[in-house]
Amino acid sequence: MSVKTPIYLDYAATCPVDPRVVEAMLPCFTDNFGNAASRTHVFGWRAEEAVDAARIEIARAMNADPKEITFTSGATESNNLAIKGIAEYLADKGRHIITAVTEHKAVLDTCKYLERRGYDVTYLPVRADGLIDLEELKAAFRDDTILVSIMFANNETGVLQPIAEIGKLCKARKVLFHTDAVQAFTKVPIDVQAMGIDLMSVSGHKIYGPKGVGALYVRRRRPRVRLAPQIHGGGHERGNRSGTLNVPGIVGFGEAARIAREEMAEEQARVFALREHLRERFLAEIPHSIVNGTLEHHLPGTLNISFAYVEGESLLMGLKDIAVSSGSACTSASLEPSYVLRAMGLDDELAHSSLRITIGRPTTREEIDYLADRVKDQVERLREMSPLWEMVQDGIDLNSIQWTPH
Amino acid sequence: MAYSKKVIDHYENPRNVGSLDKGDDAVGTGIVGAPACGDVMKLQIRVEEGVIKDAKFKTYGCGSAIASSSLVTEWVKGMKVDEAMKIQNAQIAEELSLPPVKIHCSVLAEDAIKAAIKDYQDKQAKAAGEEPDAPKAAE
Repeated sequence: MSVKTPIYLDYAATCPVDPRVVEAMLPCFTDNFGNAASRTHVFGWRAEEAVDAARIEIARAMNADPKEITFTSGATESNNLAIKGIAEYLADKGRHIITAVTEHKAVLDTCKYLERRGYDVTYLPVRADGLIDLEELKAAFRDDTILVSIMFANNETGVLQPIAEIGKLCKARKVLFHTDAVQAFTKVPIDVQAMGIDLMSVSGHKIYGPKGVGALYVRRRRPRVRLAPQIHGGGHERGNRSGTLNVPGIVGFGEAARIAREEMAEEQARVFALREHLRERFLAEIPHSIVNGTLEHHLPGTLNISFAYVEGESLLMGLKDIAVSSGSACTSASLEPSYVLRAMGLDDELAHSSLRITIGRPTTREEIDYLADRVKDQVERLREMSPLWEMVQDGIDLNSIQWTPH
Repeated sequence: MAYSKKVIDHYENPRNVGSLDKGDDAVGTGIVGAPACGDVMKLQIRVEEGVIKDAKFKTYGCGSAIASSSLVTEWVKGMKVDEAMKIQNAQIAEELSLPPVKIHCSVLAEDAIKAAIKDYQDKQAKAAGEEPDAPKAAE
C-alpha cells in the first residue's frame, strides 16, 4: 500500500478546514456578507442569524448557554481576555492568580505581564506524569486568590488535568476557574456545568474550522462572571469584546463544532486506535522509547515519545516527508528544549529526543505504518552515528561522564 | 528551517562515521558537547609521522552538527596535525552556509578536532616519558 506524501501528523498545531465547513462559510463572503451589528437592514439581520446559529453550536459542544459565548480572534486572545479581564475586574478583591508551569505561553506570558503590574502568580509544578497535584493546588489558595487557570489538555503531551476536581476546589474557595481547552475541545467530552468551569478558551482551527476565530466561555449564572474588556469600541459581544464580528470565521467555527460534536465518539475511537497502534509499534520495535506523560488521562490522538540517544531535530530531518514536531531545542526559537517536558522532570537529553505526533480526522492506518517504519529506520541510522548510543552499548553510564556544556 | 544542500548531503551521506581504537597511541580522541545541550561530538584521528591518515566521527545532535563533524573529518584527512589545528569554525560555517542559530555547531566541530589533536599530543608526550601534567615535586 502506497501513501501520498507529505504526510501531516501535527494536528495539535493546526488542522485543515473540513470541506463541509468551507461549504458553510462560502456564502458569508459573498451573499451573506452583512455586518452582524447592522440592526437596520436584512443584511445585518441575516449575518446575525448566522452568528447566533454558530453560537448555539459552540455552546452545545460544551453544555453552555449561547449567551455565555464571546467570540474572539482565537484562543490566545481568549486566554488574554479571561486572565487580564478577570484580574482587572477583580483587582480590588485580590491580586493573586494560580496557574501551572506547563501552560501554553498565551497563559504564561499573560501571567508574567500581570506580575509586572503588581499581581502575584503561583505556578504549580507538575509531577512526572504531567498532572498537577491537587494538594498543592489546595495549599496555593490564598485569601486574595481571584483566579485559577489550568489547561484542560496539554498541547505537547496530551495529558488531561483533573478539571472537574479543580472546578470543585475552586467553587469551594469561591475562586473563579479558567481553563484553556484548545486541545481538548470536541476531542473529549466537556461539560462546563458538571466540571465547574467559569471561563474556557477554545479555538476554531484546532477542530477543522478556520484560523482567526476562537471563543471564550464566560459563565452567566452561579456565579455571574464579569470581566474587563481588553478591546474597546462598539460594545460587541455584550461588551466583552468589541470589533466587527468575523462572520465567515464564526460560521465555520460553529459548523466545525457541530460536526466534531456529532462525530466525536466515533472519530475519537478511531483516532485512539491509530494512536495505540503507533505507540505499540514504537515500543515493540524501537528499544529505549519512552512515552512522555500519563496515558491514563490523555487525549486520544496525541503521542509524545522520546527515542533516547537520538536528537529530535536530526530525526525530523530524516522524516522530511512527514510533518511532526519535536521538543528539541533546535526546533525552537529559544534554543531551549521543551519547558513542558523539563517541568515533568525529564532529562534534557530526553527532551531533546522527543517527537510529538498528533493524529487527526484524515489520518489513515497506512500513514501511521509509514511513519512507524520511517522513524524506526531513522532512529537506527542515527543511533549508529550517535556517540551516546555507542557509550551505552559499551556499558558506560552517561551520567558518570564529565560533559562540557557549551 | 531550510537546510543548505551541503548540510543535507552530509546528513544523508555522512563521511567517515565510526570509531578508531582509542587505546592506540597513534589515535587522538576528542569528545565535546553535552547531552543536555542537545549535541555531543566524538571525533577521532589516527596520525602517522605528523600526518592525519584517518578520521572518524560520531555525533548526537541536529543535522548541522552532524554535517559540521562530517565535514571536518573529510578536511583533516591527509592534513598535517599543525594544519588541522588551524581550522576555524568560521570556515566550517561558511562551507556549510550555516545560519546564525547553527554557528555553535561549527564551534563544536572546531573544539572537537582541537580536543582530538590535544589527546593525541598528550599520548605522544606520555609515551616519550614526559608526564605533561604530572606534578614535579614528587622527588
